[in-house]
Amino acid sequence: MPFREAMEAKYRDILAKYIEEQKESTLYLAQKFSRKSIENQVTPEEIISLHKMILQEMYPEMPTYVTHSFDLLLEIMLGYGFAYREHQSLRHQQKELRSEIEIAANVQHTLLDTKIPVVDGLDIGAISVPARLMNGDYYNFVQDENQCISIAIADVIGKGIPAALCMSMIKYAMDSLPGYRNEPSVLLENLNHVVEQNVDPSMFVTMFYGIYNHEHHLFSYASAGHEPGFFYDGKKKGFTEITARGLMLGIDKKTKYTQYEKKIEPGDMIILLSDGVTECRTSEGFVEKDTLLTYIDKYLHLSAQEIVNRIYKDLEQLQNFQLRDDFTLIILKRSV
Amino acid sequence: MDIQSCVNIQTEWDIVAARQLGRNVAKELGFGVVDQARITTAISELARNIFIYAHKGRVCIEKMNDKGHAGLRIIAVDSGPGINDIRLAMEDGYSTSGGLGAGLPGVKRLMDEFQIVSSQGKGTEITAVKWIR
Ligand SMILES: Nc1ncnc2c1ncn2[C@@H]1O[C@H](COP(=O)(O)OP(=O)(O)O)[C@@H](O)[C@H]1O
Ligand SMILES: [Mg+2]
Repeated sequence: MPFREAMEAKYRDILAKYIEEQKESTLYLAQKFSRKSIENQVTPEEIISLHKMILQEMYPEMPTYVTHSFDLLLEIMLGYGFAYREHQSLRHQQKELRSEIEIAANVQHTLLDTKIPVVDGLDIGAISVPARLMNGDYYNFVQDENQCISIAIADVIGKGIPAALCMSMIKYAMDSLPGYRNEPSVLLENLNHVVEQNVDPSMFVTMFYGIYNHEHHLFSYASAGHEPGFFYDGKKKGFTEITARGLMLGIDKKTKYTQYEKKIEPGDMIILLSDGVTECRTSEGFVEKDTLLTYIDKYLHLSAQEIVNRIYKDLEQLQNFQLRDDFTLIILKRSV
Repeated sequence: MDIQSCVNIQTEWDIVAARQLGRNVAKELGFGVVDQARITTAISELARNIFIYAHKGRVCIEKMNDKGHAGLRIIAVDSGPGINDIRLAMEDGYSTSGGLGAGLPGVKRLMDEFQIVSSQGKGTEITAVKWIR
């Protein structure tokens, strides 16, 4: 039988029982009743009215002041019923919004999808995890016929949907500048124009762009205010920060970018990241760069993809599984 | 044939008069106490909006009969400033009472039928119906 039809009889039972003897077991029944009635969208004012009606039935002699007092209580509880209904409707809306965003996140995923190139002698691993549903970080690989692999890693200042929307635009801007792919500084200068003209002035984008020449093992790169990555020296077994100067995209349309070059030896690594990695916050403060490097050191013997996966897992744990910013980590490892 | 009675809204006391009229008619028609209270609250919200936003107007209560099925219609009319964005006004959480669930969306939920006609500078007419279950 539907709850609403059985409700009256059930409530009468519980009430009679409790008036007879004030037992905890009856109060437990009442708790279960209240859960059921909430589930069935019974409002507070309906419960008051039910209570009053049953009481009147049980005690026809009930003083009128008790009856009147219930009418007043009913009027008061009506306001709570109001708020309760709004809450239900807002919950429903929230569910709808969430599923809409989930669809958008899938669309974004397809839009920004990139394949990690597979080449002899270079082991590449990449991971990008959004803090919320949509990602404001972005990475992209392109492999061309001249033995060159381009790597872009970008971060929109801000997170969530606005950052994700902005990122989709950056991706298409990059796709439409294939001629500059081999010149990191020129590519960034062109992207800077696009961002400056098309993106909301309150939004800034940082990007690191590099191209790896697989024939000469030369890595050319430029940075637009992006979180510095690291080079790992396989011989000296040490890390150095990648220093590359340059203003964020979208600030000044006349910005020029410097291009740098670095020879990559067997056993060397290039580590690129977004500030979601270095700004991992734990109860004891930020994760120190050294901590990050110790982790990398610990997993050095693994494949590049394994390393980034493990580091993500470790840092996720360190932060109690609450990512505060989008997290992107890329490792390129030249085989010995 | 429908019988209509109205209350002019000009002061806060008129809100009480409108509530009283609505409750009496609801009682006469045989609405249960919970529905009486809901109808009264709906009238109260609409009359209050007239008092606050349009300063003066009218709330009318009509007995309805649809093939032996009895109902009550509330008509709240004013020639005040009108509602600029009705869709927004009907959104949950928009009302200044946000979170209390009151206001126009609340009225709509309390009643079985709800209709709003409003144009800027001309005024607002809200009609809401509740049928006896
Ligand atoms: N009769 C009216 N005339 C003009 N504007 C109105 C009228 N009724 C409502 N409004 C507008 O619609 C909005 C929403 O009304 P309502 O849902 O009752 O919430 P609240 O009165 O708490 O703001 C009001 O803020 C007001 O701008
Ligand atoms: Mg109002």
